[in-house]
Amino acid sequence: MALYSEKVMDHFRNPRNVGVIEDANGIGEVGNAKCGDIMKMYLKIKDGVVEDVKFETFGCGSAIASSSMATELIKGQPVEEVKKLTNKAVAEALDGLPAYKMHCSVLAEEAIQSALKDYQERTGEKILN
Amino acid sequence: MIYADNAATTRMSDAAIHTMTALMKESWGNPSSLYAHGQNAREVLEKARGDVAAVIGAQPVEIYFTSGGSEADNQAIRSAAAIGAKNGKRHIVSTAFEHHAVLHTLNRLEKEGFEVTLLDVHENGIVTPDQVAAAIREDTCLVTIMYANNEIGTIQPIPEIGEICRKKKVLFHVDAVQAVGHIPVDVERDRIDLLSASAHKFHGPKGVGFLYARKGIRLTNLIEGGAQERGKRAGTENVPGIAAMAEALREAAADMTENAAHLTAMRDLLIAGLKEIPHGALNGDAGHRLPGNVNFCFEGIEGESLLLLLDDKGICASSGSACTSGSLDPSHVLLAIGRVHDVAHGSLRLSIGEEITEKEVEYIIQSVKEVVEYLRGFSPIWRDLMAGKKEFIL
Ligand SMILES: Cc1ncc(COP(=O)(O)O)c(C=O)c1O
Ligand SMILES: [Zn+2]
Repeated sequence: MALYSEKVMDHFRNPRNVGVIEDANGIGEVGNAKCGDIMKMYLKIKDGVVEDVKFETFGCGSAIASSSMATELIKGQPVEEVKKLTNKAVAEALDGLPAYKMHCSVLAEEAIQSALKDYQERTGEKILN
Repeated sequence: MIYADNAATTRMSDAAIHTMTALMKESWGNPSSLYAHGQNAREVLEKARGDVAAVIGAQPVEIYFTSGGSEADNQAIRSAAAIGAKNGKRHIVSTAFEHHAVLHTLNRLEKEGFEVTLLDVHENGIVTPDQVAAAIREDTCLVTIMYANNEIGTIQPIPEIGEICRKKKVLFHVDAVQAVGHIPVDVERDRIDLLSASAHKFHGPKGVGFLYARKGIRLTNLIEGGAQERGKRAGTENVPGIAAMAEALREAAADMTENAAHLTAMRDLLIAGLKEIPHGALNGDAGHRLPGNVNFCFEGIEGESLLLLLDDKGICASSGSACTSGSLDPSHVLLAIGRVHDVAHGSLRLSIGEEITEKEVEYIIQSVKEVVEYLRGFSPIWRDLMAGKKEFIL
């Protein structure tokens, strides 16, 4: 039995939306090098919709796959939906993660929240509760 | 597939497999039974004991078969502690980068009232005899230091430390799990009182090992029951496994010089190639290390993703990153040699085997270079390092 599901390995091997958005209007970075995973999310929000999203991740297979899946789940979605994304949804979309790897998917949720908060601070537009 | 994780375990040699399977079919009697079929198994067992003893310069009665390295480590330390306690001595000297079989046993003893001094192993991963001499006190009952480290492969000055312990009349245990069968180990020359070894690290079967205990040292049982192993380790003996271990060890000892020469050449080629990767560094002393051990840290990447991508390229390796261990902390060995967390997460251990070719070494170098560069390409840490927002450590 492999450590990870096929889905996780697919997103790990071929991560979607990798990179940087130069004119992003919401950027979030979470995690720290001490625990071994760092995730950075770049959002381009326009008219209440996440028009584009990209990520950079330093971390394990599960961290990279979670970042990739999270970007897929929120790309093109209204902010109202995006802010509700949970790590559980990310893990489920990946057909599950080993129990001790769940913390890596938490980072994906936190990175998005952090990017939305950054957007809110930059624009003054209240989107988070 | 290129198997470069021989420090984790090795493939059984053909001769060991042959010995083991043949004995399972032919000599399956209980060595404690008195009829000939049982006594044949006893003969096999005692021949194995003699062969193992000969390789490390011990006497057959000084060899106790165990279920592996962990059990031998536990029993050696427990025994020395019991002897110490009897004489009112409750202090133990060890190092910060021992295997968990040793460290966790020492933790338990601390809870039982022992005091443990863990010596620093410096940036090069080597403890000095002077440190040991300075740490030994009136109430020290045991010095336990590994022959070679399982992660970074550094070889400790065991004969010199043995000399000191003998002079100060302190028992000396050596976890030689990574050394036996790979570099010369001789309990007389090295003044070793207790030594642990494990078959699966030298092309023998898993779940078999041995403890050497110098004659006159009273062992404490971990397993009570029958009178096997001179009453010190109960349980019907794993005769096929033990004989296969002896076979593998005989082979390893006979080919040691040749194997070590080839491995050292391949190791140094691998190290030279991986040194070309910027902002990386070899872990542990370059010279005093096991012939097959290569261990690097690469800044800006995480070890598990590196391993998964190497696996895709057909290379089996390991890492000391937190995410490979399931804990939040990276390897205690890398932290012990002063690697900070950020850097320790990006470690790669390649422990090559005797069959490795120069072409395979070149393939490994090329693959690691590609994967490190790829992962750095979308690492936020690497971006900050390159942008000058964060200072390079390596
Ligand atoms: C240095 C060292 N000590 C002890 C052990 C434990 O050996 P075993 O797996 O046979 O219990 C190992 C193997 O992982 C080791 O490398
Ligand atoms: Zn992780």
